[in-house]
Amino acid sequence: MTDVMTKPAAQASATSGQTAGMNMIQALNSGLDVMMERDPRVLTFGEDVGYFGGVFRVSDGLQKKYGLTRCFDAPIAEGGLAAAAIGMGVYGLRPVLEIQFADYIYPAYDQLVSEAAKIRYRSGGEFTVPIVVRSPYGGGIFGGQTHSQSPESLFTHIAGLKTVIPSNPYDAKGLLIAAIEDDDPVVIFEPKRIYNGPFDGHHERAVTPWTGHPLAEVPTGHYTVPLGKARIAREGSDCTILAYGTMVWVAIAAAEDTGIDAEVIDLRSLVPVDIETIEASVKKTGRCVIAHEAPRTSGFGAELSALVQERCFYHLEAPIERVTGWDTPYPHAHEWDYFPGPARVGEALKRAMTGGR
Amino acid sequence: MARAAKAPAKKAAPSKTAAKSVPGKASKDELLGYYRQMLLIRRFEERAGQLYGMGLIGGFCHLYIGQEAVAVGMQSVAKKGDEIITAYRDHGHMLAAGMDPKEVMAELTGRAGGSSKGKGGSMHMFSIEAGFFGGHGIVGAQVSLGTGLAFANRYRGNDNVAYVYFGDGAANQGQVYESFNMAELWRLPAVYLIENNQYAMGTSVERSSATVELFHRGASFGIKGEQVDGMDVLAVRAAGLRATEHARAGKGPYILEMKTYRYRGHSMSDPAKYRTKEEVDEVKKTRDPIDHVKGLMAEAGVSEDAIKKIDEEIKAIVLEAVDFAQKSPEPDPSELYTDVYLEA
Ligand SMILES: Cc1ncc(C[n+]2csc(CCOP(=O)(O)OP(=O)(O)O)c2C)c(N)n1
Ligand SMILES: [Mg+2]
Repeated sequence: MTDVMTKPAAQASATSGQTAGMNMIQALNSGLDVMMERDPRVLTFGEDVGYFGGVFRVSDGLQKKYGLTRCFDAPIAEGGLAAAAIGMGVYGLRPVLEIQFADYIYPAYDQLVSEAAKIRYRSGGEFTVPIVVRSPYGGGIFGGQTHSQSPESLFTHIAGLKTVIPSNPYDAKGLLIAAIEDDDPVVIFEPKRIYNGPFDGHHERAVTPWTGHPLAEVPTGHYTVPLGKARIAREGSDCTILAYGTMVWVAIAAAEDTGIDAEVIDLRSLVPVDIETIEASVKKTGRCVIAHEAPRTSGFGAELSALVQERCFYHLEAPIERVTGWDTPYPHAHEWDYFPGPARVGEALKRAMTGGR
Repeated sequence: MARAAKAPAKKAAPSKTAAKSVPGKASKDELLGYYRQMLLIRRFEERAGQLYGMGLIGGFCHLYIGQEAVAVGMQSVAKKGDEIITAYRDHGHMLAAGMDPKEVMAELTGRAGGSSKGKGGSMHMFSIEAGFFGGHGIVGAQVSLGTGLAFANRYRGNDNVAYVYFGDGAANQGQVYESFNMAELWRLPAVYLIENNQYAMGTSVERSSATVELFHRGASFGIKGEQVDGMDVLAVRAAGLRATEHARAGKGPYILEMKTYRYRGHSMSDPAKYRTKEEVDEVKKTRDPIDHVKGLMAEAGVSEDAIKKIDEEIKAIVLEAVDFAQKSPEPDPSELYTDVYLEA
């Protein structure tokens, strides 16, 4: 390795134009690979990340390719790992830390909130923390209370952190690269239920893989999906559904199931949030349903609801609906009663269409 | 509960209850007892693995196969009232502590008859009666929780000991060292049991730990540690007795590093590509804890018939548990919302 402080080679930025079919894991792997290739400051580490290639295989092959100093195993010590990543970032590296499951991010929370989020501010802009923390999150895998949680609102609440949630392979890679290139700390929550296919909440149906899906056709080279730009996942005119992660697919299924022509907005990035796209859609449809897996109370839906109300109040034809996980721990039994599937989103859609009357 | 926590109490009443037995030697009856318990764990776990394969158990499930001598050996030195706390690889500990195999299996299948009414699953079971303070899914958390249990013992003025189990991987969590410090500072009756099965998921101890002799980990706090052959139930018992006497006598915490091995993958979805089949086979062939007890029984002149009888008995117990776990109803969906707060 030459001077690790060297900026990425500019000539590598042109993408080859080639694409390949990838699931979300492969897309994330490719994103790491592209960035490690281009930028010697980028490294990745975490529990089982090196030799084993990550429990979900996101770092598969990277240790072989880039060596032990750039892709390595870490002890089980989330607090220390996050803090070490912050230190690396402050001194010019671009670490990508994997927290094996979002349910294990809490020991790291102090470091991310007290240090990562605030170092730029308290140093008057002299120091930055250009790190990425990636973590699989969400339910639908029978993980029970310690492998299913959706803690995004704990992070969106913290000024100084950015929070990103992809819903498909193309966005996953593009957002990851944008996050690595971003000069501020970014937390990426990856909906592990859709790593291998766009699960829409119809758990009784056979699983569809990403194979052949247009969003699984991913450029093999460098590209970004900018942070703070939402995507219209389904155009519609009756009602706006705001969703992210797995719930994007659930929302689309609910629209198809009910025949209500919903416009589904995939937020992609929660902070910064693309309020313009949201506002334009709600003003167009006059109705809004918000869906997330996380519990309802103080969930990110509460923030979205407030934003929509502030900006679109006079355009709303009905109260804003929230479809969320229950205000309980994530259960072991009865997962599908907890998970806000297409039936529940569909009911909210119907209520939104009639104003609850 | 009247006694205030006067920290640090450097002296405490000597133990009245610690059992005395000759370490390294066991009677026929003792051996039969250990064999019985270890076999129960193994057969139970094998069945759990099968039920998982059949889709009757969902989610995460971590088998204790290979490590049986640790839980069973330690249980033989515990007394009623002592607390046990461990991580998610908890079925063996629960069975050793005397929990009903039926309610453990039914929790695995997520049924109303399960020990946590189907709400906890494989990793989260509890029993006041057995002194079992959980199965915990968050790696390392139980070490600090167990330290609190030990504190409560001292505060209540009893002579109970908290047995706090954790893995080689968990031994790198910061809160373990926060706990060690508190435990020695406050002279808490905790026995810390590091079940060093050499892997934390796909990562071997060498790849995650600066020093691999984990029993030294309390040295800077002044906590005594010992390395123990965790595949030898009598070695476990002997070391367990020393540690227990120390803790019970009010001399503070003690660390035992149990060198052991897990035969199966980390959880049911682990292809175990990080170690060779030869490595696993070698341990099974040369260090199996159940074979070891079988050898001791043969030396002690236990008859084949006596062993067969136990085998049959265990088979029946496990089958009964499986049957119960399949027939027990699912919890009522309304259970989703209970036990979050105290119901008014
Ligand atoms: C705080 C936290 N981080 C990570 C995990 C994921 N995880 C579960 S088990 C495990 C390995 C633990 O290994 P060890 O402590 O050696 O116990 P063993 O599985 O060998 O019994 C990891 C990393 C977790 N459950 N909790
Ligand atoms: Mg281990």
